[in-house]
Amino acid sequence: MAWAKENGGNNKAAELNYVDRSLDGPSHNFSLMPTPSKHTQYPYVTGSSVLGIKYKDGILLASDTAGCYGSTVRYKSVERLKRIGDNTILGASGEISDFQAITNLLDELITEDWMWDDGNKLGPFEIHNYLNRVMYNRRNKFDPLWNSLVLGGIKKGKKYLGMVSMIGVHFQDNHVATGFGNHLARPIFRDEWKEDMTLEEGVKLLEKCLLVLFYRDRSAINKFQMANVTEGGITITEPFALKVNWELEAFRNPTKGAEGSW
Amino acid sequence: TTIMAVQFDGGVVLGADSRTSTGSYVANRVSDKIVPIHDFIWTCRSGSAADTQAVADYVKYYVDAHSMELGRLPRVRTVANLMRKICYNNKDNLMAGLIVGGWDPYEGGQVYEIPLGGTIMRQKFALGGSGSSYIYGLVDSYYREGMTREECEIFVKKSISHAMARDGSSGGVIRITTIQSTGVQRQCILGSDVCMAMRWNHDYFYHGLNQRLKDG
Repeated sequence: MAWAKENGGNNKAAELNYVDRSLDGPSHNFSLMPTPSKHTQYPYVTGSSVLGIKYKDGILLASDTAGCYGSTVRYKSVERLKRIGDNTILGASGEISDFQAITNLLDELITEDWMWDDGNKLGPFEIHNYLNRVMYNRRNKFDPLWNSLVLGGIKKGKKYLGMVSMIGVHFQDNHVATGFGNHLARPIFRDEWKEDMTLEEGVKLLEKCLLVLFYRDRSAINKFQMANVTEGGITITEPFALKVNWELEAFRNPTKGAEGSW
Repeated sequence: TTIMAVQFDGGVVLGADSRTSTGSYVANRVSDKIVPIHDFIWTCRSGSAADTQAVADYVKYYVDAHSMELGRLPRVRTVANLMRKICYNNKDNLMAGLIVGGWDPYEGGQVYEIPLGGTIMRQKFALGGSGSSYIYGLVDSYYREGMTREECEIFVKKSISHAMARDGSSGGVIRITTIQSTGVQRQCILGSDVCMAMRWNHDYFYHGLNQRLKDG
């Protein structure tokens, strides 16, 4: 299993195997003195929210393209939406290095699936299950992949949209969001999402939520990407910006009604 | 530490300061933070000196074997990916921020940054080290697309000088490495020529000295 080999740590069987020292594992093998297993990491370069909704023809995902290093917006062109195979898209928030490792794993999975050449291709439900297993097992080892994943796809007419968190919590819904999006976007979705929206309506709803996230999320920037999956295929847009509005009259002089206060 | 790399059409320019500190003491004031991994692929190191030296040595060894097997020049992308693998899989035990810059005949000049944690980001230019925090503004306003090799070198020299001026952990000389298909050139801008620090020091020192000499 690809993910077991990638894990360079507490696999007792691997420690005994001196010949097969893979490039991936840790450089030194301190098997004489068992170190206390303590792996919980901290995220370094993080991505902010990802939003996802179902609409009439498929799924729409959206995210911004910022990679934050603490409070610094260090990278402004991080692609956090990736295509997996022909009919699934994955969006991630959280540690970017773990997301890159996950996409590598999924690429290996898709390649292996393609090599079977049996007329069947892994669909979004299968990938959801795979990711759920990966995330949950890592969490059990106290070495989580520090990501909240949004997975969307459509296969043979069945739409799928779901989320897997870093502790292995997973569920499917008509609209999902990670991070700040949970607090800011989902209430808007609950109010305004309806069954069988058109593409335009879906895009408008997502743009509305992205704008709110830009206003209110410290780690968001005004540079977004959207991904669209339909039976016809996957499209990921080029980065775009949204028109912001600071023109409310009350903004000009916020202390008008109460001079001397903040 | 301040490290930097900029891509231009046909190659890359890598730059670094030369200060290695143990706490408040400057252990090495002329260290070389730009190391060769292969003929046309070099790396800037920041973070723990021991960790980055070890990682660079491993990558150099693997790339050496890889390029011999391949029978041609290795891709910059391959070197960066090897470096990323080591940094990512040992993320709990390493403190290493690396910038890989190089030229290969397939994709030209490329810059890849590998910060703490093991993310890999390809960029047009990259900054790293403690001193980089002070020059994000300068670099954002000064950088433009399509700079020539000379403009990139001036850009790197200027930025690192400014970082050295404000960051206590950066100083010494500025080392610049320019990589192109025609070859690799290394420069060393000595303390006396580092524009930012020297302009301030020069005026004060010589002017003040002359004044004091005149006064007797």
